[in-house]
Amino acid sequence: MEGKKKLLLAFICLILAIIFLFPILILLLNSFKPIKEIYQSVLALPKTFSMDNYINAFRELDYFTSIRNSFIVTGGVTAANVLFCSMAAWVLVRYQTKTSQVIFGMFSVAVLVPFQCVMLPLLKLMGNLHMVNMPGLMVVNLGFSTSMSIILFHGFIKNVPLELEEAAAIDGASLARIFFTIVMPLIKGISATVAILNAIMLWNDFLLPSLVINKAGWQTLPLKTYLFFGTYMKKWNLGSAALVMAIIPVIIFYIFCQKYIIKGVTEGAIKG
Amino acid sequence: MKKSKLFYWLFLAPCLIAFSISVIIPMITGAYYSFTDWDGVKSISEFIGMNNYIAIFRDTYFLNSFKFTIVFVIVAVICVNVSSFGLALLVTQKMKLNNFFRSVYFMPNLVGGVLVGFTWQFILCEVFDDIGNALGLDFLCNWLSNQRTGFLGLLIVVVWQMSGYMMLVYIAQLQNIPDSLLEAAAIDGAGSFKQFVKVKLPLMMPAFTIGLFLTMTNCFKLYDQNLTLTSGGPAKSTEMLTMNIYNTAFVSNEFGQAQAKGIIFLIVVALITVTQLFITKKKEVEM
Repeated sequence: MEGKKKLLLAFICLILAIIFLFPILILLLNSFKPIKEIYQSVLALPKTFSMDNYINAFRELDYFTSIRNSFIVTGGVTAANVLFCSMAAWVLVRYQTKTSQVIFGMFSVAVLVPFQCVMLPLLKLMGNLHMVNMPGLMVVNLGFSTSMSIILFHGFIKNVPLELEEAAAIDGASLARIFFTIVMPLIKGISATVAILNAIMLWNDFLLPSLVINKAGWQTLPLKTYLFFGTYMKKWNLGSAALVMAIIPVIIFYIFCQKYIIKGVTEGAIKG
Repeated sequence: MKKSKLFYWLFLAPCLIAFSISVIIPMITGAYYSFTDWDGVKSISEFIGMNNYIAIFRDTYFLNSFKFTIVFVIVAVICVNVSSFGLALLVTQKMKLNNFFRSVYFMPNLVGGVLVGFTWQFILCEVFDDIGNALGLDFLCNWLSNQRTGFLGLLIVVVWQMSGYMMLVYIAQLQNIPDSLLEAAAIDGAGSFKQFVKVKLPLMMPAFTIGLFLTMTNCFKLYDQNLTLTSGGPAKSTEMLTMNIYNTAFVSNEFGQAQAKGIIFLIVVALITVTQLFITKKKEVEM
């Protein structure tokens, strides 16, 4: 009885897993077919395996450049975010003043603000400040990502005991030194969580880059994929290959850092 | 510890500056712009009072999009949370491959909205059509060509993408429930259904608070998937608020009106999510 129930459960899980993977598997299947075969049937196996679609999509996506751009934005902003937000959260926790409360409250409330509410005045402001393309995109991305990160760091640092920091202060260490040599190692775990959450969000971001990046050769991968589909609408032979290539980096990242990603996402959701 | 004011502001500065540029200043100027005839082109905009707000409520496209968004959010929040809770229950049974299944169900969450939208456009338009024709199932043909299938398509996409994420939240909470509580209930004669309803569900409330909040805000803010799946079509019938605001600005050049819509959007999202947090928090029980 117990064994039968287990088998049934495993079977249900397996069916669900196939359903969850189905869209990506079907893309993969069709990415090797010429367009004529796709029109005949999307479910049939390819008659001959051809890499033509990938070669063309690779060129049209300007794949390496787009990936490089996505890496610059994701890496740069994530690093800046972890450093600056942990610094900010630390002083907000350690200086227990009215000002700290107000500033932290401001960052917390901002998680509710939808992007569309600030989108237009933001673009105007960026225009006035001559902040366009990559530098502008990165500064604004940092601004939007501060809220969640500061909330997470704040929640964690609140529970970090003061003793170590006080001992170091008595030994004559400066505040900056205390932060970089004592506090930062203590918050490694939560820093990883914050970094993973930000990296996922930044890598997939589309609307802001689409509004800010107007120089050819600087588009991020999601933006380039969108533009690609503007030109090759319904050409699903190229389209499926392009989508597979655009999805691959995330899958590789996931396979290698699965444990950390799942832990990070769970912690982020529960503590945030 | 010696605490200097200068040090305090120095450590806060990078975040505060970036945050001011991207959120605070645009919020303040945006509130003002919503009362002007800003069109995105001319340099000086005139103050026109409440006109933008009045115009919005006469804009049938906006009202339709508002209705579509609200209905979508309600249905999607229910579907995502039911399916993710179900998945969480499934993969917390004692099974060998649990971790493998968890990672598979979570995987779609990492794929970006644009890619998800195009992928599902292929599935819903091409693959569904082929299956429908092959098996003679008419309801699988011509998806995304009307409001009903556009709505359902978007719903499928959101459930596929978000379920795995909420599943992780529910798993964490399920694992927090001590076995001893369930055993005590079993000794008192509660069957597994009763244990589930009377013990597990009430103790799951904190996770429901988070799950509902996150799905609700994510569904309200949905844009990439909407754009790449249906583009709001046919005839704007599946246009969510985010896209309606975008189009008001960049297609109709009504920047002032778009800004007013943005502010109404903020108020609606804030009111609904804060009410939800308040209600579900009250239902949480101490363990």
